[in-house]
Amino acid sequence: MTEPLRGIAAGPGLAAGPAHRIAARPALPPAVSVSDVDAETARALGALKTVADDLGARAAAVAGTVAADILDAQVMMAEDAMLGEDVAARVGAGTDAPHAITEALAVHRAAFEAAGGYLAERAADLDDLRDRAVAACLGLAMPGIPAPGRPFVLVAADLSPADTAGLDTGQVLALVTAEGGPTSHTAILARALGLPAVVGCAGALDIPDGTLVTVDGTRGLVETGVDEGTVAGIRAEETARRARLSATSGPGRTSDGHPVALLANVGSAEDHLDGAEGIGLFRTELRYLDRTEAPGFDEQVEAYTRVFRAMPGRKVVVRTLDAGADKPLPFLFADGEPNPALGVRGLRVARRHPEILRVQLDAIATAASAAGADVAVMAPMVATVAEAAGFVARCRAAGIAKAGVMVEIPAAALRARPILEVVDFISVGTNDLSQYTLAADRQCAELAELLDPWQPALLDLLAMCARAGAETGKPVGVCGEAAADPALAVVLAGLGIDSLSMSARAIPAVREALAARTFAECRAAAAAALAAGDAEGARAAVG
Amino acid sequence: MPSRTVAVASASGLHARPAALFVKAAKAQPVAVTIQAGGKAPVPAGSMLHVLALSAGHGAEVTIAAEGEGAEEALDALAALLGTDLDATSGHD
Repeated sequence: MTEPLRGIAAGPGLAAGPAHRIAARPALPPAVSVSDVDAETARALGALKTVADDLGARAAAVAGTVAADILDAQVMMAEDAMLGEDVAARVGAGTDAPHAITEALAVHRAAFEAAGGYLAERAADLDDLRDRAVAACLGLAMPGIPAPGRPFVLVAADLSPADTAGLDTGQVLALVTAEGGPTSHTAILARALGLPAVVGCAGALDIPDGTLVTVDGTRGLVETGVDEGTVAGIRAEETARRARLSATSGPGRTSDGHPVALLANVGSAEDHLDGAEGIGLFRTELRYLDRTEAPGFDEQVEAYTRVFRAMPGRKVVVRTLDAGADKPLPFLFADGEPNPALGVRGLRVARRHPEILRVQLDAIATAASAAGADVAVMAPMVATVAEAAGFVARCRAAGIAKAGVMVEIPAAALRARPILEVVDFISVGTNDLSQYTLAADRQCAELAELLDPWQPALLDLLAMCARAGAETGKPVGVCGEAAADPALAVVLAGLGIDSLSMSARAIPAVREALAARTFAECRAAAAAALAAGDAEGARAAVG
Repeated sequence: MPSRTVAVASASGLHARPAALFVKAAKAQPVAVTIQAGGKAPVPAGSMLHVLALSAGHGAEVTIAAEGEGAEEALDALAALLGTDLDATSGHD
């Protein structure tokens, strides 16, 4: 057994099995002269047929979904007789198979690009087709999610939403990426699916396909070259862990009964809610995405009512529209901003479009009065006491009893005490607070270690918020990926945070971690983390 | 040559699923069918790549043409398909 590879723990749990990598796009080899035209033509057409068959099988596996429609359309492109004729003619004129396919598809790509709009977006489908066909010509693995025919550990440089759209959680045991940080798409996806994951794992791409590996997504370790016995042992351990976690239930508390509410982050009533005491972050922007205008009052009332009804008598914290930066909405952002993360986003949108916020607050109030949940509302991207007070006034005017703000901007964390004096509660959004405190773009994989939620500067700001809560007697929650890390959850509880909101699947492990410690032990862990000099040291101090 | 001119009824135009259904139907005909739109040269209706490249949106007028035994029936069937909102008949949202 060799030294384990180290990365960032991004999805708790253990997994073991063969590693299979998302194959890279094949490079086009230098052109060669064609001596046997018939054999070369067969190679080119055979490659197109291989691609069509492979995509067809993938489409069949996800039949009835939008992904299947896209795959079906790609199959028909690969099978297009006109494409085959064009490729054959190019080979006949002396071009080798990979170049003939590349050149023939380039003609269609140019036509798609020239048409613009929807078709220009589909140019990526042609590129994908080209990469697959060239790989088939060269006898290389197909780019994209591998299908080794047995459960496997998926290894990649990084995963995009497109890569993971049709991810089969019956086949994928764990995710390991060479790039990415704790708030990357891979990490968020892993926690949403309940998959163990290690991100930012340098050396992951050097693991040969089929190598047996173990993945420790709680500690951020990947061991390579393990034997079958180790794999079986890890699987048994993980099965036992999951059984133990699924047996935990009830509200979050330390072993001596100090309560820490464990809440769920959701986007709709369809999201996983099992085991959550309530909803700590209801993201309302999903309803606004892909729209040419804001959803109407009635549509909003209906959507909110469905979520409130899923939590009868329990806490639901609704976040008002959080648009901008990575979630631009065409009807709000016609003109581009030079730096959207620092631009008109979150509550700031209401400066330009107060009616959108007013309609949303009215819809939330109407839905809340009918549904019987304990509804609170909070605003995203608040920087000043005046903004917080203005938001609370709008909520009161709409008839909403509980109004708070998110703390995502360092300015708001530094002014937590005066802000808490004018609101009913605050909730710390650690993903954005990391990004703004460390001046590191959440989408910049190279800066992943700056976005580590154990960074001392972030812990200091969290401690300030918790202290302000204790001084004012008002609740302070955390709703960010940090809350889903069981070890960090212990620190947050020790700081005096009242509630933790996360993907519902992450709740059992956090509940177990809290139940294993007294409140005094949580406080000691928090003190040790705050005293550490860096993120690594803080994590080790809590151990 | 027998032909039909029809406005594309599918909400998303002759793209994605509607295009796939149309091309499949065209390939199943006993005669070769061409399709033309926007004053461009006619292209084979059985070619997914060429049909997509027409970029015929909702309401765009397209002309399909075919010759030989069964041409009239083939054109009727394909014209009916073009005149149906295929997005509305999709199996999912």
